[in-house]
Amino acid sequence: MSEQKPKLLEVKDLKVSFFTPAGEVKAVGGISYDLDYGEVMGVVGESGSGKSQEAYAIMGLLQQPGKVIGGSITFEGEDVLHFSKEQMTSFRGSRVAMIFQNPMTCLNPVYTIGNQLVEALRAHDKSISAEDARKRAMEMMEMVGINNVEKRMKQYPHEFSGGMRQRVMIAMGLICHPQLLIADEPTTALDVTIQAQILELMKDLQKKTGMGIIFITHNLGVVADICDKVSVMYAGRIVEQGPVDDIFYHAAHPYTLGLLRSMPRVDAESYERLIPIEGTPVDMLNPPEGCPFAPRCEHCMKICLKKMPPYVEVGEKHRSACWLRVQERLNREESADE
Amino acid sequence: MGKYVIKRLCMALVTIFFVTCLTFLLMNAVPGSPWLSEKTPSEATLAALNAKYGLDQPVPVQLLKYLQNLLHGDFGVSLKMQKNRDVLSIILEMFPVSAKVGAIALCWAVLVGVPLGCLAAFKRGRLTDSFLRVVCTLGISMPSFVVASILLVVFAGGIQALKIFPTLFDPSQGWKTYVLPCFALGFYPMCYTARQTRSAMLDSLNQEYIKTARAKGLKNGRIIFKHALRNALIPVITYLGPQVAFTLCGGFVVESVFSIPGLGRYFVQSIQNRDYPVIMGTTIFLASFIILMNMAVDILYKIADPRINLTKGGE
Repeated sequence: MSEQKPKLLEVKDLKVSFFTPAGEVKAVGGISYDLDYGEVMGVVGESGSGKSQEAYAIMGLLQQPGKVIGGSITFEGEDVLHFSKEQMTSFRGSRVAMIFQNPMTCLNPVYTIGNQLVEALRAHDKSISAEDARKRAMEMMEMVGINNVEKRMKQYPHEFSGGMRQRVMIAMGLICHPQLLIADEPTTALDVTIQAQILELMKDLQKKTGMGIIFITHNLGVVADICDKVSVMYAGRIVEQGPVDDIFYHAAHPYTLGLLRSMPRVDAESYERLIPIEGTPVDMLNPPEGCPFAPRCEHCMKICLKKMPPYVEVGEKHRSACWLRVQERLNREESADE
Repeated sequence: MGKYVIKRLCMALVTIFFVTCLTFLLMNAVPGSPWLSEKTPSEATLAALNAKYGLDQPVPVQLLKYLQNLLHGDFGVSLKMQKNRDVLSIILEMFPVSAKVGAIALCWAVLVGVPLGCLAAFKRGRLTDSFLRVVCTLGISMPSFVVASILLVVFAGGIQALKIFPTLFDPSQGWKTYVLPCFALGFYPMCYTARQTRSAMLDSLNQEYIKTARAKGLKNGRIIFKHALRNALIPVITYLGPQVAFTLCGGFVVESVFSIPGLGRYFVQSIQNRDYPVIMGTTIFLASFIILMNMAVDILYKIADPRINLTKGGE
């Protein structure tokens, strides 16, 4: 086992808390997953489910008063949480890159696109000459599908459309050849048609470069399109995790099912209505005992309100944290015993 | 850009015209005359003086005459303070003194204020920040004569060891003579700049592009000084434009306290003495200077923030 090549990223029991004046908010309450080289994982969940904070923890970008309070993050066998400040600075951007939700505000309005691209490269490659860096930046811009590069390099962010800016963000992220790209809702702020183009571009670039991607989104449609596997997060926990097909066709957690039912489908009959998930998200300051989803769950049982459900393997690499599945498992074992 | 500057210059001329008329009318509305002093001259002398300087004519006629002379670059002569001396030459003699003190004061205000503001923003909520906030609030709420008086008490008070800087302005003493007045004059702008920089920095440090810069793996210094500061400077420039004009033309209070023969002090004295041409001359000079500085600010904006389009009227 120990001889095995380490995975690209292994997250074990990661816990992130925000120490607010009102009390501790457990934004991420112990999540584990791993990601192999070239794998694309979707992280799905509603606002406040901790999906972005978990990504910021990997990048070391947690904002005050957020803190990692437990667990480990291992990147290519190295312990990220114990990096020194300098190591973290050189880790960010060169081995892991991140792109954000709103490309309109993510580029500095007072510097040219070229300046910002070159800066990203030279932050990590000190020996590269200004001329080479510029060439490389232009190559990257061409790679993400921007025309007229020579002129575009000299332009400012406000001269770019939203979709173009997100392309620039992607180019900036990939300019140092990172092995992992964390995309935090990269298409949410864009028009639907532009969304599709950006997704297409990311898929394409993933194939070309072989990088791993963590794709954070609340849009299940996007997940189906681009991801190999999916983690569904609710209230700071992964409630279900598995290969993308299993999640879509054999969802094993009521929350995942709820998400699927609230999503429009192309093959649906016209009279079918979308079913929203009733209730409101958990108050993270005072999370309920037991399963956090229980108060909104239509299958809620007594035990759900008292104890946190353990993970149950419901398929190959597919696990779910729900007492229903535990019960099923027990029933099956009983009938097998008889 | 050239077109823009020309347009602004034309507007400036209109503004100066209005400033001139308004000042002239207001000045004449104030009771008193240049000839009043301890012993009032005789009726005949007054009439002769008024006739000599054209003060016996109705105000609109005087104004027209003044404007006409102004067009030829003639600012008139002083009536009382430096009798019959050309106003323009008085201004040109006084201004460099004020400007030198003002420029030094502003330089230290900006060079200290901006970094202090950055420091406070970066150390937000910590002791450094609280300390700086107290100092800046003090500096902003304290009139400059209080600062000047404190300096006088400290450096010209009972303690011999502290009498290192002269308290009466005397250019022959070299740089030492500038220390106290420049400190007093620059303290308020320094505090104001620091406070403005702090709030602008806090705002820009919370912007998403700072997150991007951190995600790129840039070092802290680069993030603060390259990405945050440039954006934060825009409101600071706004404040500094008119402040440059005011400070360079002389702080009246500071010039009085330290007996600096500068324009600011002279301006106020001219009003007290009803020396009409000197009031007009200095007002027009100050107004033009402020207008010019505001124009410089707008052009600096364009350099600091490429999103600003000057030709479209700045929207």
